[in-house]
Amino acid sequence: MPEPRTQPSVLLGARVLLPRPALQDLIDALAACGFEVIGPRARDGAIVYDRLRRIEELPAGWTDRQDGGTYGLERRSDAALFGYAVGPHSWKQFLHPPQERLWRARRREDGFAIEPEPAPPSRLAFIGVRACELHAIAIQDRVFMGGAHKDTGYEARRRGAFVVAVNCGTAGGTCFCASMETGPRAEAGFDLALTELIGGTRHDFLMEAGSEAGAALLAGLPTRPAGAADIAAAEAVVARTAASMGRTMDTVGLKSLLQDHPEHPRWDEVASRCLACANCTMVCPTCFCTTVTDHTDLAGQEAERVRHWDSCFTADFSYIHGGSVRSSTKSRYRQWMTHKLAHWIDQFGTSGCVGCGRCITWCPVGIDITAEAAAIRADPAAHGTKRGTSHGNP
Amino acid sequence: MNASVAPDPMLPQPWRVQAVRRETADVVSLDLVPLAGAPMPFKPGQFNMLYAFGIGEVPVSLSGDPADASRFVHTVRAVGAVSGAIAAATPGTVLGLRGPFGSAWPVAAAAGHDILIIAGGLGLAPLRPAIYHVLANSERFGRIAVLYGSRGPAELLFHDELARWRGRLDMEVEITVDHADPSWHGRVGVVPGLIDKVAFDPKNTVALVCGPEVMIRFTVAGLRAAGVADDHVHVSMERNMKCAVGLCGHCQFGPDFVCKDGAVLAYDRIAARLAAREI
Ligand SMILES: Cc1cc2nc3c(=O)[nH]c(=O)nc-3n(C[C@H](O)[C@H](O)[C@H](O)COP(=O)(O)OP(=O)(O)OC[C@H]3O[C@@H](n4cnc5c(N)ncnc54)[C@H](O)[C@@H]3O)c2cc1C
Ligand code: SF4
Ligand code: SF4
Ligand code: FES
Repeated sequence: MPEPRTQPSVLLGARVLLPRPALQDLIDALAACGFEVIGPRARDGAIVYDRLRRIEELPAGWTDRQDGGTYGLERRSDAALFGYAVGPHSWKQFLHPPQERLWRARRREDGFAIEPEPAPPSRLAFIGVRACELHAIAIQDRVFMGGAHKDTGYEARRRGAFVVAVNCGTAGGTCFCASMETGPRAEAGFDLALTELIGGTRHDFLMEAGSEAGAALLAGLPTRPAGAADIAAAEAVVARTAASMGRTMDTVGLKSLLQDHPEHPRWDEVASRCLACANCTMVCPTCFCTTVTDHTDLAGQEAERVRHWDSCFTADFSYIHGGSVRSSTKSRYRQWMTHKLAHWIDQFGTSGCVGCGRCITWCPVGIDITAEAAAIRADPAAHGTKRGTSHGNP
Repeated sequence: MNASVAPDPMLPQPWRVQAVRRETADVVSLDLVPLAGAPMPFKPGQFNMLYAFGIGEVPVSLSGDPADASRFVHTVRAVGAVSGAIAAATPGTVLGLRGPFGSAWPVAAAAGHDILIIAGGLGLAPLRPAIYHVLANSERFGRIAVLYGSRGPAELLFHDELARWRGRLDMEVEITVDHADPSWHGRVGVVPGLIDKVAFDPKNTVALVCGPEVMIRFTVAGLRAAGVADDHVHVSMERNMKCAVGLCGHCQFGPDFVCKDGAVLAYDRIAARLAAREI
């Protein structure tokens, strides 16, 4: 869609200051352009992403406390609007909805006719997208738009989306984006990026445009030029965050480490703790697996196909006649983690993990992907149960 | 609908069942023609997603002659709700169809070699298009052999064709059953036991293998023992499939998506994975 190009590139890459109250102007400008604006809100004890109309709806003065299997909101000493890390939601739920009808079919004299689902009506603007989440979106872009067959619904939603990124001012207790080289600074993939500058009497956002559309929008907002001190203050925010990561992941040689050790005893050990509840896959911003269900009306005249998020932790996921290919929890955890950190690189040219820490925080038993990888690295030569391949039919 | 525009791969197109042939007690072959347009060309080893109205959709290999552009042939065993509904189709039934999808048996690359076509059970169906192709071009190949096993004589597919192929001078056909009945005068035993019953030059042989995973494991071990190189062995893998185009994640087998990187995969690429369990 062509964007207004009045003063092209004037602000592209330049930094300007937006005072806190003018964030409302940004929301209003997006709404005026026809976007449905989505942003963070504090609800039911968590930061979630939902429809956003007023800056008063943002989680001012809240932060999150995260660790393996633990999440809670706490008050901050200031009124920062983006002073927390990531919660249980991710932008995946908007670009790749948890449930979506693919088509409807109607019986006719000569068989049946399939009606594709119409393209999604609204354009979405996301406010508060973290660097790791920008990378997660870029990864799902490769999954859904990078191959021979594109996902038409995803593509339509993605192409229409406007992205306002936030450079993180606080690292969560389970964050490890610095190790995955996906944050905490938003480097690319946004229309606008902001860094929250708060302290004393000041409360501003240092704004940076990452696209012509972002620059055009910024040009209409009440900004003022940023000085060297503002830019240095924003750099310091990101540097402080990078230095306070809750976790680290050593990625050197990780792909072959996992692919070469499918029988490592650690897989049995983690399986003794994992509940196969699928929480990790649901909260992960890159997990993309889906299943479909076909329905008919009672008269058998109309049918539809609905697609839902699915998880490799379920027994049905790998079911073929005669039984599930991956019937043990061990094989399912191994599939998830090896796919995420290793096979993904073969499939899509990038790791499937952006270090957001959600799978660690939301695992009911606190299983930690960084600790599991480290355990296999610590003793790669460990031997698991011998695999029998040459005698007897399984 | 305009037949020249490839339909959205996620949208089933209506195809009419033209003929039904019963192969065994629970297996039928269906001839399918599109309500609009003409069948797309396909390569031996490819599959379609077949949809029974309101019930569901499953992957089914093409089992007909790739040189026959007038219809798609599928051979289906009724094992559950969806395959049962498809196998119950009668002439006139309209099914949904998406495809063809997936990789192919490397029949062109196999030219100039001896070729072993090895099937267990229903695995003969996905191999039949390769057999048609090889027989139609037999002068391009060295020795041609089909090795086929089923549980019992009543489960053997394509009787008449097997008899005809057996009568040909340009190919060998060896058949075995796990359990004989009084009517059976042929071999009894598992498929890998047929490998040393036919003549081939292991240094110059391409093998195509399709069947249950356990049959594949033992067969590739037998081929290895006979001296056939791993990269000359091709197998067709089976995994749960929902989308068939690399988007749903269900068919993963290590780094491969069986729907788009397979179902036919070179054995050297998957040997380590096939040896481990529950990959
Ligand atoms: C590439 C490929 C080619 C195939 N070719 C043929 C063929 O030519 N003829 C034939 O009869 N069958 C073939 N199959 C197997 C066929 O798809 C299954 O028999 C069918 O999915 C069973 O579905 P159901 O609902 O009837 O049975 P259920 O056992 O009730 O299955 C429930 C669901 O599990 C999944 N599922 C079950 N078994 C399989 C399976 N073996 N493979 C993949 N998904 C499965 C399906 O999503 C199915 O809807 C092929 C499978 C694959 C992957
Ligand atoms: S695997 Fe865990 S840390 Fe990595 S992207 Fe997914 S949820 Fe975040
Ligand atoms: S790792 Fe944790 S969140 Fe994931 S399936 Fe196992 S118990 Fe559930
Ligand atoms: S069947 Fe969906 S990814 Fe292969």
